This record gives sequence, structure tokens and C-alpha cells, in this order.
Amino acid sequence: MADQTSSRAIKDFLGEAEEILEKLNLDLVTLGDGIESGEGSPDLLNSIFRGAHSFKGLSGMFGFDDISELSHHMENLLDSLRLGKVPLSAALIETLFEVLEVLTRLVHGKGESEDFTFDVTPQIDQINRHLKGDGSDRDRLLASYRIDPDILKVLTEYEEHRLLDNIKKGRNLLRVKANLSLATFDQELAAITELLKKEGEVISTLPSAGDIPDHIGFQLLVGTTISPAQLAAQLQDDNIVVDSLAASAHAASTGRPGTTASAVATAVSAPAVSGEVSASAAEPARIEASEEAAASLRSISRTVRVDIDKLDALMNIVGELVLSKGAIVSLTERFKNEGQNELTMELQKATRVLERRLEDLQKGVMEVRMVPVAQLFDKMVRIVRRVSSERGKKVTLDIRGADTELDKLIVEDLSDPLMHIIRNSIDHGIEAVEERLAAGKSEKGTICLWASQKGNHVVLEVHDDGRGIDPERVRRKAVEQGLITKDAEISQEDVYNLIFRPGFSTSEAVTELSGRGVGMDVVKNNISALSGMIEIDSKVAIGTSISITLPITLAIIKALIVSVSGRTYAIPINSVLETLMVDAGTIHTIERREVIELRETTLPLLRIADAFGLGAETKAANQRLFVVVVGLAEKKMGVVVDELLGQQDVVIKSLGSTLAFVRGISGAADLGNQKTILVLDVGGLMGEVLRGESSFYV
Amino acid sequence: MAKKILIAEDSATMRYLIMSTISALGNYEIIEAANGFEALRILPREKVDLVITDINMPDINGLELVSFIKSNPNYKSTPLFIISTEGSERDREKGIQLGADAYLVKPFSPEELQTLVKRFLT
Repeated sequence: MADQTSSRAIKDFLGEAEEILEKLNLDLVTLGDGIESGEGSPDLLNSIFRGAHSFKGLSGMFGFDDISELSHHMENLLDSLRLGKVPLSAALIETLFEVLEVLTRLVHGKGESEDFTFDVTPQIDQINRHLKGDGSDRDRLLASYRIDPDILKVLTEYEEHRLLDNIKKGRNLLRVKANLSLATFDQELAAITELLKKEGEVISTLPSAGDIPDHIGFQLLVGTTISPAQLAAQLQDDNIVVDSLAASAHAASTGRPGTTASAVATAVSAPAVSGEVSASAAEPARIEASEEAAASLRSISRTVRVDIDKLDALMNIVGELVLSKGAIVSLTERFKNEGQNELTMELQKATRVLERRLEDLQKGVMEVRMVPVAQLFDKMVRIVRRVSSERGKKVTLDIRGADTELDKLIVEDLSDPLMHIIRNSIDHGIEAVEERLAAGKSEKGTICLWASQKGNHVVLEVHDDGRGIDPERVRRKAVEQGLITKDAEISQEDVYNLIFRPGFSTSEAVTELSGRGVGMDVVKNNISALSGMIEIDSKVAIGTSISITLPITLAIIKALIVSVSGRTYAIPINSVLETLMVDAGTIHTIERREVIELRETTLPLLRIADAFGLGAETKAANQRLFVVVVGLAEKKMGVVVDELLGQQDVVIKSLGSTLAFVRGISGAADLGNQKTILVLDVGGLMGEVLRGESSFYV
Repeated sequence: MAKKILIAEDSATMRYLIMSTISALGNYEIIEAANGFEALRILPREKVDLVITDINMPDINGLELVSFIKSNPNYKSTPLFIISTEGSERDREKGIQLGADAYLVKPFSPEELQTLVKRFLT
């Protein structure tokens, strides 16, 4: 079908392929974790196989031969794994991860150009090495048990394997029959399956036409250690009938070859026989009729995938609308000031309605852009797995608040900085196993990745229980790199600041990871570009904690418009806590910094006029000053301005890469009257002030 | 009245491809089911003229759907195609045993699908 694929179909493919690969990666992590405890769960293995299977089918349809060739081999390997033909091993998991990595690269490549390709034979060879020595006596075993041939008829190859596995383990094979209403059968079936899974394994679910109108019958084949009566008691429903298909005593202990087997042999290659087991039912299977599966399927049929560019375009239009509304509002105000009459009243009413509707629209479009940070966290799971295995360290990732939502673009842009922080944690923070044990810590290091919403901000925290940042080491490196002089005294705060300086690195040897040349300064710039703030706290031998505070969205914000030395600036309202009018006399100086007392706390001040070098004449002349108290996370600061001009919705636009170096400004905004003003970067300014730099231009 | 075709397939992209291939043939009403359960629910509600089902689906598999349709007097005569993948010959064989009228192996060409649809619906 490759010849008729439209670009929309290709986009759909890329979207779905990425989704499948992400899911596979996650499932593989879980599977890998299960190695130590024995074999992986059949459900999980089957779900992985299904993922690979869909992926292969999909890529084949698009004529992407390299992808479908490799995924075909991966599917073979997974099939052998779930059918018990090859054992689960760490090496095999490694191979699968590598294959997924290669597939991801290929898929991304196809996104750029459909002709993108590279050689995948090394991975195929690797898979084939795992597949060698595939000597299964499955068919012989299956033939030696007495199973009703009708049962085998609708079982897929995999389900046959599960059936066999249950018999081998000496479990009872029970049949559970239920007549369910057509309207609610999926939920009811999910509930029954849930219960059954506690007692054993659901091997198959076969629907059949019910005798009752608007009902549908289901027969579930269950492998379990309990008796039919016990299972019926568990289910507690008179409408559900449980009977036995083959008792373990017959099946497992006798194990004699079925004599009449060959005579009844159906098209099914596994010979089978109707033995003393009276009940005959065709029972096929699907293992995961769980609620989870049902929920995720529903979402597939109800979700629309949308290109983020389209949402951006929509957001821009909304932004323009908001500006137009602002113009109408100010016109209305002018009319009102020129004298109240019926017409102005009407206009005011209409304007208010427009305002409300526009707010709804804006909220709606915003919500569409919101995605859970789980997308981001899932990627980190993989990074942790890969980097920790590369570095030979044991690390557990503790994830919380994955359902916290953020603007899609912010989530995208967070990916790199967060990845860098986590790599740093594993590379420099978490100690090697021996070192941890010697320090009396548990063998496995823990990295916590927590997200939470605080008002209009989202806070991401990364803590590790590693060795922490050693101030002495940072100091030594900083001296070596010429960032500070040999006998400079540095405080704990200074240590953290040094880490954010361009070019700073403590790693003794250049590893593959730190060799990429990305430092914490880049991380910080990335976060600042998102109007966020990053803070470090670290205790030697106990661990390091990094917290990132971000606005929920960047697109349209309410801003406080202020004027300083005749210039107008915008301060994002979500970081404004309050505004004060203070007497110039109440300003004190502590350690060469201006502060005021605010309800028994000391609030450091920043004079915008000084910071931007706008001229100091206003300082002395003004007896009364306005202070805008801004806060991010736990930190607060007062911004001293000349005048407060009011609140307004603004659309923030980036200054572009040429002006990216300008500190203290996060972008420009249009006020709707063709006037463009600069938006203060509160996070950045606070960082500078709390660090004690009061002027940017020295 | 346009003939109704039920597509049971859990991949939205596959459904889209099948749909656009069939739509190119003429006026058919296409009903999508993203899983076996949805298909079970649609069958008594709609008079379907053709069913196309994937074998690998998460709730009930395609073979089970075939068995359900072909053992039910109401739907028995409805033509049914199964879609399988290379390497799953045994499952495909079982589908035919259970009464499936034709099968397609991914990756299939639009012409293959169109020929089959034409053969059973005209």
C-alpha cells in the first residue's frame, strides 16, 4: 500500500510507531526488572509481543523495508520468548533494547525523509544468535495430554503455549460461563477477569451468541490451582457457571499419549484428543481483558492526534483575538469617560460577554496543549536504565506526580535539560556499588523524579541519594579552570553558582556522556528560556536535589505593566505576589544590598533602573516608590519601579537567538496598540539578585 | 443503499489505510471497531455486509470473533476476511477452518484488498 500513502498517513504512522516504541521500551524495562525474580509475566510478554507485531505490520504497509525487516526479526525473537522456546536473559533484554533504539532512529529518520535508511544486519545477526538452539518439544508435549480438540481450534499458537504451560504446572483447567448484557459486557467481563486473575490465569475468552436477547455469552478458560466449587464461591454470582475441563490429576499425572488423538486431528498441527473430560468447548483466549486494556483501547478510538504546529497557530489566533479584545475594552472605557449613555452601556455589556467567551476559548485551547509530564518521565526511565547499565551502577527511579500537566512545548523543551540533570546524577552523584556499601548505603541508588503543581507553576524535583556536591572539589576545579582565584573564599551558594558557569565541569575523565559538551549552564539557559528557575541544594555524602520551577504555560499570560525611567515593562502576573507603595526612607542596606522589612521578613530589592542601567536620577528624586513583590517557589524579591500602569493580557514572543544573551528579559510582548514592550525574566532576575549581582552590565 | 463494512482492527493507522483503500472503490459505509468488544456490540445493531478483522487484538482475538460470527445463525452468511501477518500461518489456517472467507497477509497491496471486496460485495 506504500504507493498510495498520503503524507497524512505517513504522519499517522510516525505518531503511532513512536507510541508503540515508547510503550515497548517501558514494558521491556519492567520485563528486565523481573529477570532476577524468575520468568517474566505472561501478560507482559504477550503485550510486548503484540506491540512488536503491530509495529511490524504497520511498517510493512508503508513499504519501509528496513524497519519491517528488523521488526520482523524482533517479533520472531519475542514470539519464541513468549512460547518458551528461548529463555529470558539479561543479554536478550539488552539485544531488544538495542533493536528498539535502532528502530526509533529509523522511524525518526523516516520523519525527515522517507528514503532515510541504514544497515540493520548487525542487529538481525544478534537476534539470530539468540534464536539458535531453538529445540522445542512443545508439539510432542501437547500431544501427550488429553485436551478436547474443540478447545484447540480457536486458540492462537501463543494461547496453546499458555494452555500447555498451565497443564505442565499441574493446574486445573476450568471453564467459566457467563451471559452478559450487550450494553455493559465489557465492564462486567473486566470485573470477572480481574477476579479470575487473582486465582490463576485466563487463557482464553470466547464470545458466543446468548439465548437471551440483548445478551452475549462468554466462555473463559482458566488455569488455576483451586477447584470449580472454590472458584464459583469466589465469583459469588449465580449467573456464572464454573465447570471443569480437565483436572490436574488426569492431565498432569497420567500424561499418557492420547490414543484416539491422531484420528481426530484437525487442521491444527498439534494433535489433540477428547479424553475423559466431558465438557467440550471451543475456548480461545486473550489474556488482557483487564480494565486497563479496555480503558486504553477506548482512548485510541476517541483521541485525535494533532500536530503541535496547528495548536500553535490556533493559539496565535487566540492571542491576536485577546489583543483585539484589549483594544475594544480600552475604546469602551474611552466612550464611558466621555459620558454615559444607553449605547455605551450596551457596548460595555457586549464587551463583557465577549471577554468571558474569549476567556473560555483561551482556556479551552490552553487545555488542549496540556500534556502530563508522564511523557517526559517515561523517557527518563529509559535514560536511567541505559546510563546506569553503561556506568555499571544500580539505580532505582522513583517517579511521583507523573499526571501533573504542562504545556506540550514546555514538556518538549524540558526533555534535554532534565536528561542532562539525570545523567549528571548517575554519572557524578550515585556512587558505584562498592562505594555505596562502604558508606553504609543500600546497594541501589535512588533518583527521585517528582512533579507537582503549585498555583500557576509546576515544580519538578530531582533528588538523588548519591555522594553530593563536594565544595572542595568544585573549588579546585574552578581554580584550575580559572573561574576563581586560588585564595578566593566561596560560600555554599557560590559553589552552586560555579556549577552553572559556562565551561565548568568536575568530571575527571571525559566520559561518553559528559563528553557531549553540555554543561549545567546550558541546562540553566534552557530553563530560563522557559521562564523557569532552577535551584540546587546538596549535602556531601547525602545527596543532591535540584528543583525546577516552571510556569504552566507560556503562550498568553496576564502581565502587570510597569514603568521605569519612562520605559514600559511587563511582569508576568503569575509570579507577582503583591504590590506595595513604600517610602524611600524605609529602605535599608544590608551587606550592600537594599532591602525592606515586609511583615517581619527581609525582602531583597532590585531596582530595574539600576539593573538595566537606565540612569539613576529617579532614585533620589522619588520619595515614594512602588515595589512589586515577585516570587517563585520559596524565594521572594521586590522589584522597584516608578509606576504601576495596570494589568493586561499579553502574548509573549521570544526575542530570537540573536538577542538570547540579554539577561533579565524573557521576551517581548505586544500591548495591542502597536506598542511593543519587554517582558522581565523574573526567574533570571531573582537568580541574579539572590546571588548578589545587582548589575548586569559591569 | 451503501453496503456496510465492519473493520475490526486495533491500529488506527491500519483502519485508516483500509478505509481509504475501500473508499476508492465506491460508496461503502465503513464502521470502525477499535477492538473485538466494539465489534461484538456493533454486530447486532447494524446489518453488516462484510467483516474485515485483524487476528491480533487485545480483548478477544480475531479467531474468536470469526468463531462468534460463523457459529451464529444471524451472521453466519456474512463474508469475513481476516488480516494476519507474515509468520502467523497457523493462526491464519485456524481462521479459515473456523469459516473465514478470505485472508490478507500484511503487507498487502491496495489491489488485493480491492479485488476481495469486489468479489464478495458485487
